[in-house]
Amino acid sequence: MTELARKRPEFRNINALTDLPSYNLPAAGWVSILHRISGALMFVLMPFIIWMFDNSITSEFSYAKFTALFSVGFGVVPGWMMKLVVLALLWAYLHHFIAGVRHLYMDAHHAVSKEFGKSSALVTLMLSIGLTVVLGAKLFGLY
Amino acid sequence: MSSVNYGSKRIVTGAGYGFRDWLAQRVTAVLMALFTVIVLAQVIFSSGPIGYDQWAGIFAAQWMKVLTFCVILAMLMHVWVGIRDIWMDYIKPVGVRLGLHIASIVWLVGCAGWAIQVLWRL
Repeated sequence: MTELARKRPEFRNINALTDLPSYNLPAAGWVSILHRISGALMFVLMPFIIWMFDNSITSEFSYAKFTALFSVGFGVVPGWMMKLVVLALLWAYLHHFIAGVRHLYMDAHHAVSKEFGKSSALVTLMLSIGLTVVLGAKLFGLY
Repeated sequence: MSSVNYGSKRIVTGAGYGFRDWLAQRVTAVLMALFTVIVLAQVIFSSGPIGYDQWAGIFAAQWMKVLTFCVILAMLMHVWVGIRDIWMDYIKPVGVRLGLHIASIVWLVGCAGWAIQVLWRL
C-alpha cells in the first residue's frame, strides 16, 4: 500500500450489545450460528433428554409417568409448556443434524463456493424449520 | 533448531493440532446419524401407535444395547469438542475457562453414566 492510500477503518472486537443487533448476517451465517446455538441447547437440556429416555424405557409404570409429563405437567409447569420444550429440542436436533450433514457434504465434495454456501444454507433452514413444523403439529395433536 | 525434542526442550507450537478433534467430530457425527436412521426406521415402520412394549422392545436386543452404548460414547466426544470450541471462542480468562472445562466434562460424564445405567439397569 502506498502512503497516499486512504486510511481504512479498523474493525476490532465485536461488541455484543452495540454491533450485533445491526449485523446483516447472510443465510450461511444464520445456519452457522444456529448450529452452535442448537448444540448448546441440547447440551444444557441433556439431563432432561436422559430423564425422558429413562422413564420411557424402564417400565410400563414409568412410561405412564413419562407421558403424564405432557398432560399433567411438572409442579407448576403445565403440560403444554413441557411440549414446547420438546418442540425446541426437536428443532435443535433437526437443525444441528441437517447443518451437520451440510458440513459433511461440503467436506466431501469440496463445495466451498459462495453460491453453494447460500443455496445449501437456504435448503438447511427450509428443511429444518419445515420438519419442525410437521413434527410439532404431530406433537400437539393437530393430526 | 535443537535436535533435542523432549522434556523441557519439546517444541509445542506448529501445525496439525486441530486435526484429531476435527476428524473425531465428523466420525462420531456419521455414527450418530446412522443410529438416528436405525431408531427412526424402527419407530416409523412399526404398526399402530407406539406404546411402551414396542418402544422398550427396540432397546431390548443385546446388539441394540451395544450399539447405543457406542453412540453414547461417540456423543460424549462429539459434544465435548463442540462445547470446548464454544468456551475457547468466548471465554478469554484461562482460570474461568478451566473451571468451565471441568464443569462441562463432569456434566457430560455424568450424563453418559446415567444413560448407560438406563440401558443396562445396573
